[in-house]
Amino acid sequence: MDETRPIFLQIAEQIENEILDGILAEDAQIPSTNELAAFHRINPATALKGVNMLVDAGIVEKRRGIGMFVTAGARGRVAERRRTEFAAEYVRPLIVEAAKLGIDTDQLTEMLRAQIAALGTPTDPESTERIAS
Amino acid sequence: MTATVARTRGLVKRYGSFTAIDAVDLELTENRIYGLLGRNGAGKTTLMQLLTGQIFPNGGELEVFGRPPAEHADVLRRLCFIAEAQRYPDTFTPAHVLAAAPWYFENWDAAFAERLVADFRLPLKRRIKKLSRGQLSAVGVIVGLASRADLTFFDEPYLGLDAVARHIFYDRLLEDYAEHPRTVVLSTHLIDEVANLLEHVILIDQGRILLDRDAEEVRGSATTIAGAASVVDSFVADRAVIGRDRLGGLASVTIDGRLDRAERVRAAELGLELAPVSLQQLIVHLTGTDLDGAGDAEGKAAA
Repeated sequence: MDETRPIFLQIAEQIENEILDGILAEDAQIPSTNELAAFHRINPATALKGVNMLVDAGIVEKRRGIGMFVTAGARGRVAERRRTEFAAEYVRPLIVEAAKLGIDTDQLTEMLRAQIAALGTPTDPESTERIAS
Repeated sequence: MTATVARTRGLVKRYGSFTAIDAVDLELTENRIYGLLGRNGAGKTTLMQLLTGQIFPNGGELEVFGRPPAEHADVLRRLCFIAEAQRYPDTFTPAHVLAAAPWYFENWDAAFAERLVADFRLPLKRRIKKLSRGQLSAVGVIVGLASRADLTFFDEPYLGLDAVARHIFYDRLLEDYAEHPRTVVLSTHLIDEVANLLEHVILIDQGRILLDRDAEEVRGSATTIAGAASVVDSFVADRAVIGRDRLGGLASVTIDGRLDRAERVRAAELGLELAPVSLQQLIVHLTGTDLDGAGDAEGKAAA
């Protein structure tokens, strides 16, 4: 855990990442707050706060007496929100740093192309489709 | 739904002319893990001794489970205080301590104590005065956990415990707390290790409460901004500054408060480095002296 950011946010993000990566499928049960607390050595109330954030966002839902489950369409919702944050959190700092180093727009575009080529084509059909659209 | 287990109003404790606890208002809620933080000599132990009825206040109100704790057996039975250096009779072994514990703690779990003895590899038959500092701490930790008291205080519980033993303590505390919720107060000046276990933070300095806040609110509630001194100074102009460092033309300033996304982007565009502040760093800023004297004068001179 990163000591400097609210831990409940990190718990929520981590579960979201697992949903994005497909480790937690839709309809899968997520760990209980006590399991999360024991695993991360955090206060159970903190773990609960993180999970409740996901409940409010419609990403997980409580099934009475059983536990918390990933909702249908959760992966799409997480991806959708992350995409809206992408420009501000990744693209903008990239442009600012490039400008500082005297890299112009054409050079930056070329660098991106070269890196994408080096990494290969994204294999995830959903993400490829989104990039194309 | 959440009941108050302890409450103080204007609590005062003096030793001669020295005021150890200075008009403290405090409320402890049931089933929470509190961190009682502060420097050595800040008043942490005195406050816990007052709350557990070991010493009498000189003024103010003090109620634990609805009554003053001192000399009220029905209150004391629900409390457990693990002292930093607990004294035992000379002939005592850990086995004696564990045998005597159920006389004092009505929720005592002997099987849990036995498991903890194995976890900490505590020699049961050795005289307590022959135990190492870490083993003595382990005795306290075992009693504190297995007592399952409604209100448990640990005063610097891990002196001499190695890293493995400290993590056993944290793991067992969390596991047992999940199954048997109760109020736990951890007093410590080693903040980083326990920061994540805490639900609520109480910071005490020179007998006064400096901070009494939800741990999650405190985490990341301060930000350090570093970069060219003039740029930093204009960026933090209308902010509450709690720490300031300087190195040549560079400045590093810590403000009380978060930055929103727009401010973060602006900081990045101005070439400023942002670093969040951990609980431990924040407490150093709040209880340290870096805004007194030279640091402050320098800050004003730069402005």
